[in-house]
Amino acid sequence: MEATASAAAASVFDHLEQAPEDPILGITVAYNKDPHPGKVNLGVGAYRTEEGKPLILNVVRRAEERLLADRSKNKEYLPITGLADFNKRSAMLILGSDSPAVVEKRLVTAQCLSGTGSLRVGAEFLARHYGVKLVFLPTPTWGNHFKVFMNAGLAVKTYRYYDNKTRGLDYEGMLEDIGAAPSGSVILLHACAHNPTGVDPTPQQWEGIRQAIRNRGHLPFFDSAYQGFASGSLDKDALAVRTFVADGGECFIAQSFAKNMGLYGERVGALSIVSKSSGVATRVESQLKLVIRPMYSNPPIHGASIVALVLGDGDLFSEWTVELKGMADRIISMRHKLYDALRARGTPGDWTHILKQIGMFSFTGLNKEQVQFMTREYRIYMTLDGRISMAGLSLKTVPLLADAIHAAVTGAKA
Amino acid sequence: MSTAAAPASSVPAGARSGWWEAVQPAARDPILGVTEAFLADSDPKKVNVGVGAYRNDEGKPVVLECVRKAEQIIAGKQNMEYLPMGGLVKFNDLSVKLAYGDTAPVLEEKRVAAVQTLSGTGACRLFADFQKRFKPDSRIYIPVPTWANHHNIWRDARVEAHTFRYYKPSTRGLDFEGLMEDLKKAPEGSFVLLHACAHNPTGVDPTADQWKEMSQLFKSNGLFPFFDMAYQGFASGDTVRDAQAIRIFMEDGHQLACAQSFAKNMGLYGQRVGCLSVVCDNSQQAVNVKSQLQQIARPMYSNPPLHGAQIVTTVLSDPELKEQWYKEVKVMADRIIGMREALKSNLEKLGSSLPWKHITEQIGMFCYSGLTEDQVDRLTKEFHIYMTRNGRISMAGVTTGNVEYLANAIHEVTK
Repeated sequence: MEATASAAAASVFDHLEQAPEDPILGITVAYNKDPHPGKVNLGVGAYRTEEGKPLILNVVRRAEERLLADRSKNKEYLPITGLADFNKRSAMLILGSDSPAVVEKRLVTAQCLSGTGSLRVGAEFLARHYGVKLVFLPTPTWGNHFKVFMNAGLAVKTYRYYDNKTRGLDYEGMLEDIGAAPSGSVILLHACAHNPTGVDPTPQQWEGIRQAIRNRGHLPFFDSAYQGFASGSLDKDALAVRTFVADGGECFIAQSFAKNMGLYGERVGALSIVSKSSGVATRVESQLKLVIRPMYSNPPIHGASIVALVLGDGDLFSEWTVELKGMADRIISMRHKLYDALRARGTPGDWTHILKQIGMFSFTGLNKEQVQFMTREYRIYMTLDGRISMAGLSLKTVPLLADAIHAAVTGAKA
Repeated sequence: MSTAAAPASSVPAGARSGWWEAVQPAARDPILGVTEAFLADSDPKKVNVGVGAYRNDEGKPVVLECVRKAEQIIAGKQNMEYLPMGGLVKFNDLSVKLAYGDTAPVLEEKRVAAVQTLSGTGACRLFADFQKRFKPDSRIYIPVPTWANHHNIWRDARVEAHTFRYYKPSTRGLDFEGLMEDLKKAPEGSFVLLHACAHNPTGVDPTADQWKEMSQLFKSNGLFPFFDMAYQGFASGDTVRDAQAIRIFMEDGHQLACAQSFAKNMGLYGQRVGCLSVVCDNSQQAVNVKSQLQQIARPMYSNPPLHGAQIVTTVLSDPELKEQWYKEVKVMADRIIGMREALKSNLEKLGSSLPWKHITEQIGMFCYSGLTEDQVDRLTKEFHIYMTRNGRISMAGVTTGNVEYLANAIHEVTK
């Protein structure tokens, strides 16, 4: 009943509807609700061990212990652009310490909230300071890319990327669309381990893409969320980015340490802007601060401190590369196991794309109905676009997944 | 310069020299820029009373003991998986209990949509974006003066901003008549930004009776109260007392929103821990509102950072740690109150003819000294004392070691 004399006015937000679940994060929500013991979560791209457990890297544990033991460390605000040591080392990680951009100080790096935050801050900066307010995203791409750029005020278009028929790269289509884009467009590129398809250009194809982009005067914006995680080699996974930077042109790079350092929830990332001259870099940094300050003031300290420690300590860094390769290798082995399991069942279709694709995800080629069937009948949780997180597979669950795929493809009843 | 060999195909000749030539250097942040300048100063007598971060009597930052204990408990146990978009659920529950009261009816009825945010800034920005999305034609009313970043936040959210009178320079107190006059003119459906306690930068808070009058005005005129609460516990030393404005509005049945920060009261500044809560008609609406807030967060940062929220959750859910926290917050608040008294009495001892009672009447971290920009500049140039140019002194930076020096310098530039 009304608590006070005047009638309680309806909320000013009465007209709101409930927003749909995020297509990716919503999968985990649904998975968690499912009481069935045999359920398998192949939705969100978070690494799992063979036992299906999340993994905290040893180097991260050791870095945390050191931080905890150091009573001289405080929790003061970081500068707006974050921890300087972290920024420096992050940039060197993706660019290489001998990169011309680093050596010539043509680089601005700001610590941001993981990959998402780095993309968003970069997008906001572009919306304010860049002449062409148009970004091209590959088809398909990580679902969240669209809103990140749109909410920042940029128009979004797409370029052809994934070829349904070959389950590989539509290289010609990609070059055509890049060539047709208005000069100066922002082109979003997945640095490696394309999400959701796992299809990456070859080095030769990257060179063709680079030329097409530079010839049109476009601005490349790299999303690097899997460095080291894709092939197991940090340098190999940075090849595309470094080739672009080597040609002297400008680019944006969004880095995430969510996957390769297992720091998902700590939101550690960096935005790097490579510009033509160092004078420009200082002005750019000052403008980045104006984007960041009214968004969250300054970034969180914990995750960045861990990364800075690991990257800055020779032993921890070496150990990290070993752990990283371990994760990448386990995923590669799961690809082989799944492929073998499907062949063993005689599942119709060519499944070699599972072996050719790279990184955490495989674009299976399954359609929405097939996915829904697999979720309903086999308790396989995955996104409706047919993407599976290979990192969520184990020796135990591969047979289950293979059974589910087989049933879905052959139209078998449960 | 560069001696790199020309690559096979470099940027074509005739291409413009670079994208960013036209980018102008942005003005330094008026608050955070002060600390930058302070750090660059090598004078041993330098004093930083700029940014609002607590310092102990040695002038050092403090990590609370309850926080250290919480970190020990957390260490080695948790995984680091993504939080949900709306953050740690337990954290949100504990935050809103702190703000509204453990047994608040709106909580028992599940009418509060709450999401974890990037401290107070993130909470304000999320709300501003939400306001723009669902009430695009509405205005925000911002007090004069206010924390400078408030204007940036609502501007970046593209919400039409207006101001209302708040601080009265002649009394160095609240301009209550001006405030009521200005808010009476605000159109129905306007949103009003209120500092729940320890107004930043002035330290001037309404009395309980004034809050009650404002609450009645908001009701009769259909104004939406948005509380920025960055100093709960830190202002008076009592978390319940510091939330009284919110409790008063809640009693009157308002559906308000609140941005909470744990930067100061738990000393978690750099961890970026905060909470945005919106009181709704009913539990379904709270679900709707939360889901829409999450839609705004997802393309901004996906989900909020884990560590700080775990610390707060650990402290607030452990009765012993919570008690310890209450004590530690009171120590901080009391030290500041003590420094206010010391600064005032030092100025009086020096024979300053100006009125200084506002130093002890104002509350919270800041003292709005009344110093002019020129006087502030002299303090910096001649005495290496750093504060924001609006004359705001962060009392947390005042110590028994520097209060005399500070009083002396202020007296010098004002006599």
